[in-house]
Amino acid sequence: MSAGLIIAIVVAAVLLGVGAGYWLPPHGRRVGREAPVPVRRILLPFTGPEISRRAFEAAVRLAKAENATIMPALLATVPRTLPLDSPLPAQCGYAMPLLEAIEQRAEAQGVAVDSRIAQGRTYRDALRRLLDEESFDRIIVSASGQRRNGLSAEDIEWLLERVPAEVLILRPAPDDTRRISAAGVAGHF
Amino acid sequence: MSSEAGSSRVPTELHAALPPPTVASNRGHHRVFLGMAAGVGKTYRMLLEGHTEQDAGRDVVIGLLETHGRADTAQLAEGLRSIPRRQVTYRDATLEEMDLPAILERVPELCLIDELAHTNAPGVEHAKRYEDVDEVLAAGIDVLSTLNVQHLESLNDQVAELTGVRVRETIPDDVLGRADEIVMIDLTPEALIERLRAGKVYPTERIGPALNNFFRIENLAALREVALRQVAEEVGHKRLITERVGSREESMAAEAPQAVSERLLAIVEPHPESQRLVRRAWRSAQRLGGELDLLWVRPPAERLSDDQERSLGALRRLASVLGANLIVEESDDLPAAVADVARRQRTTYILMGASPPARGIGRLRTPLPQRLMERLPGVDVRIVANRAQRDDGTK
Repeated sequence: MSAGLIIAIVVAAVLLGVGAGYWLPPHGRRVGREAPVPVRRILLPFTGPEISRRAFEAAVRLAKAENATIMPALLATVPRTLPLDSPLPAQCGYAMPLLEAIEQRAEAQGVAVDSRIAQGRTYRDALRRLLDEESFDRIIVSASGQRRNGLSAEDIEWLLERVPAEVLILRPAPDDTRRISAAGVAGHF
Repeated sequence: MSSEAGSSRVPTELHAALPPPTVASNRGHHRVFLGMAAGVGKTYRMLLEGHTEQDAGRDVVIGLLETHGRADTAQLAEGLRSIPRRQVTYRDATLEEMDLPAILERVPELCLIDELAHTNAPGVEHAKRYEDVDEVLAAGIDVLSTLNVQHLESLNDQVAELTGVRVRETIPDDVLGRADEIVMIDLTPEALIERLRAGKVYPTERIGPALNNFFRIENLAALREVALRQVAEEVGHKRLITERVGSREESMAAEAPQAVSERLLAIVEPHPESQRLVRRAWRSAQRLGGELDLLWVRPPAERLSDDQERSLGALRRLASVLGANLIVEESDDLPAAVADVARRQRTTYILMGASPPARGIGRLRTPLPQRLMERLPGVDVRIVANRAQRDDGTK
């Protein structure tokens, strides 16, 4: 058999393979090139120097089940005497280590994290501005009368009326004393 | 001495002092009494020290005293010689200011000058009182002065955020940094509020508004923390200077040009992982007392995806609350762009995330940190790791 014939057979086989690959269903499209499913986004807003461990664990469980990204968001309040985009060193002083702690814990469990900062005149105003700019699939909040530990009852009522996302409200539990704070940061921060 | 001095609520003091200067200087010695707010007892303490010095035989005068109508303070000023204020006319109004020429002419050994951050009326020698003090010190006169921590320029944003009150009269931090001694006059917020309620700080008509606005426990606690930190930082800073000039070799090293202050540059991308880098860079900037810049080198004509747009927005907001500057440079040469910005911004530290392992022909290329160090000698380059991935042997 001549070399030319061998080359012709190889070329024909390659062309046949390429053609079959194109014409076999799904026509002209490979399964791997399907449009990616948008990643679901779970918002975990907080207002103080710590968050409820229960809320965090709920967010992680849901994120794992739904292949979602957790989005912890600091709701920062800006005094009315200052411009809304003013630096907030005092609030950042506790929020940055807390964001670091949340990120470390979530990533250690294989969950992606994408943090946010929302500034407003009140916690609700900050949350409203964040929700105006971005959409979320779920929002997890801890119901608490104490603002340091979460949003107030009025804020949650407003949230339920206002937001086109699933809102998961964690009822206050007497044994819900575990918190994640800046002290949970691994290593020197 | 008033009964207050013997009570359990006498302000405590923390002292930040330089050791005696090794080189004789004709410049006066400057001691600043620093407090978290009005009413903690800075002026009172200054007057007490004035009496002590006078009793020791020194020539002491009051250059300027603001009693704010406090009887205890006015009573304590008795027995100390005082240089009368001068009248300054400005826009048909007559104002009273410290008489700097009279002090310089009188040449006392020690001059007591209240309220270092005060802004002078137009038409006198200097715009600010701390400039007057500088001239008094330059004439070889020792000065005792007072200052509230919220007047420090670098703390202005922080104090405004904590208290909602923007202080207009500020002084450069350098003024405090150059002082020979800083004495922190400390009082618990509860004790200060009790003093306020007892009418020892403001007249009756001002007590109510003060309690409802500035003089709240949470404000005062935050300001107290700021003031204590400030003094602690001054102590640390001065200790470092003292150690640096301790030996001849170190003294020579100290003469080498030093950066005025640290400035950090974090190289970011519109990606969620950059936020970790920014947080760490901010923390480092805080510890070093430096400014923070964020740099994104955007490839020319690059179109951002929706996710990148969102990440960029998040980075902008993060930069805003942290008080950092986000710089966007368009270039397809990352090391060159970073080097240009670092030179322009006088960067002393560069922080960057860890690059993914190089593959294929990329292994032959010099890594980015090394290329930056070659282009920017004298600038530290730090690679920020993901702590969540650290294997510390406990897992």
